[in-house]
Amino acid sequence: MKRIRRVFVANRGEIALRVVTACQELGLETVVGTSDADRNGLAARRADQAVCIGPAPAAESYLRDDLVVQAALGTGCDAIHPGYGFLAESPRLAARTTEHGLVFIGPPAEVIELSGDKLRAREEAARAGVPVLPGQEVGPGDDAREAGERIGYPLLAKAAGGGGGRGIKLARDGDELERLLSLARSEAGAAFGDDRVYLERFVASARHVEVQIAADEHGDVVHLGERDCSVQRRYQKLIEEAPAPWLEPATRNALTAAGVAFARAIGYRNLGTVEFVLDADTGQPFFLEINCRIQVEHPVTEAVTGRDLVALQLHIADGDPLGFSQEDVVFDGHAIECRLNAEDVAHGFMPSPGTLSLFAVPERLHLRVDTHLCAGATIPPYYDSLMAKLIAHAEGRDATIDVLLEALEDLDVEGVETNRALLISVLAHDDFRRGAVTTDWLERAIV
Amino acid sequence: MPLSDEDVREILRIIDESDLTELRLDTEGFSLHVVKGGRTLDAPAAPAPARAEASRDSSEVLGEPSEADGLATITAPMLGTFYRAESPGKPPFVEVGARVEPDTIVCIIEVMKMMNSVPAGVSGTIAEIVPTNAELVEYGQPLFRVTSA
Repeated sequence: MKRIRRVFVANRGEIALRVVTACQELGLETVVGTSDADRNGLAARRADQAVCIGPAPAAESYLRDDLVVQAALGTGCDAIHPGYGFLAESPRLAARTTEHGLVFIGPPAEVIELSGDKLRAREEAARAGVPVLPGQEVGPGDDAREAGERIGYPLLAKAAGGGGGRGIKLARDGDELERLLSLARSEAGAAFGDDRVYLERFVASARHVEVQIAADEHGDVVHLGERDCSVQRRYQKLIEEAPAPWLEPATRNALTAAGVAFARAIGYRNLGTVEFVLDADTGQPFFLEINCRIQVEHPVTEAVTGRDLVALQLHIADGDPLGFSQEDVVFDGHAIECRLNAEDVAHGFMPSPGTLSLFAVPERLHLRVDTHLCAGATIPPYYDSLMAKLIAHAEGRDATIDVLLEALEDLDVEGVETNRALLISVLAHDDFRRGAVTTDWLERAIV
Repeated sequence: MPLSDEDVREILRIIDESDLTELRLDTEGFSLHVVKGGRTLDAPAAPAPARAEASRDSSEVLGEPSEADGLATITAPMLGTFYRAESPGKPPFVEVGARVEPDTIVCIIEVMKMMNSVPAGVSGTIAEIVPTNAELVEYGQPLFRVTSA
């Protein structure tokens, strides 16, 4: 490493630990910025230094870019890794980081800003020749009915400042559209500070497939294949896999080419994910959005490509060329990740914080477990409920599913409610075993 | 044997890094009682075993400066750079021995050029200034020890 010697990790949980580990393997020092609730977390203990940046509520700690940059400067760091969630896609953090002479491990602030504007990103995608769903912006003075007729029903009204499944409403006809538009605008204004709303055709039977992109600072852009994340509940991913199963080779090529084309068009840097909605009936992909961060589900791509994506982020941020070409990216076997959450599935997926009286994850061949928890650890009520990611990597898809099923059966966890039984019922389900499921499947077939 | 700043910081660091939630040290020269997750309270230099014993399992006294302990701690309300004076060259807000009231400004914590004045929050006399000037302090870090008098 040339510029980066000491990395400030502005996150918590398993991803903070993941970043600390990746840094240590590269010989880099780490400082973890924790909230008061996470002072004794595993990431804080493993790092060279931990510094408490604020009280437990995220709004007073993990979401404060001023505190993060101040803490990074004050602890002698030369780079900031934002992880995922919290400030990972905050153009302000990225800008502040570079203004103070530190390296932001992610794309430039302008790229994050463009990507956060879903309407602009859509326009850029269309300009780059990437297929987008029929749609358009509707301002308060525009004829929404006419726009709706042109796009066709049902359609989605989306907040330009939304993304990640937030700020979306479904309209089945013109009356419904007119009724919900003004509410959609005021909600968008309140939630995202941006009241622009656009309409987009709704794909009833859809798969969520995304392309992992890596772009260095010298103009090279490659993809690291795709992931299927169609097992979702309310846009929250539960199970992800690579490669996407039952995908026509032509579709796969179209997807990955579109992902690379879009990343090039917007001057993307570092690792990112271009998300597509795939029409399950026609197999046609449409651009959804780009995520400017390391994804929760990155380990499935690491498994099938044999590459450490967090290390790659650090190298790219340090100015290194990718060091490999598209032809060098080869795929081996099948990988599936499932997210073990502390939640009470029977009671509306209520978060179930608490202290783990027992937590032991089996060690076995073909299984990787990313977790920041151990027996005795406490899951605080302030943050998301992700406990662990179980990632299986085996020769074929069936064998991979079997590894995960055995691991979930053998898992010991007491003290909090978990979604283990739900994960088992998905992985064992005939629909999941035999074919590609769509994004509405989980809620239709299981929950 | 009196405890130095360094000793106290070292002890706090060790406790922070451990799984302990409470530590009690009793030697001939001093006794120290630290509880994690709340405001920390030192026992006075003169051993007071009976009083310390009484407060051992009583969490409600820990958040407030207590007569029994004699020393209260002003902790950092936010992370930032600790400044003892309004600007370089100006006299410090307080020195050891200064009398403070709850609204007496004792220091400034800077976060990204925003200067945040920190009031004492307690009445008493400054017994110790823990961080050095212009040092990064973390949220909850002890800044001043105050004898309640």
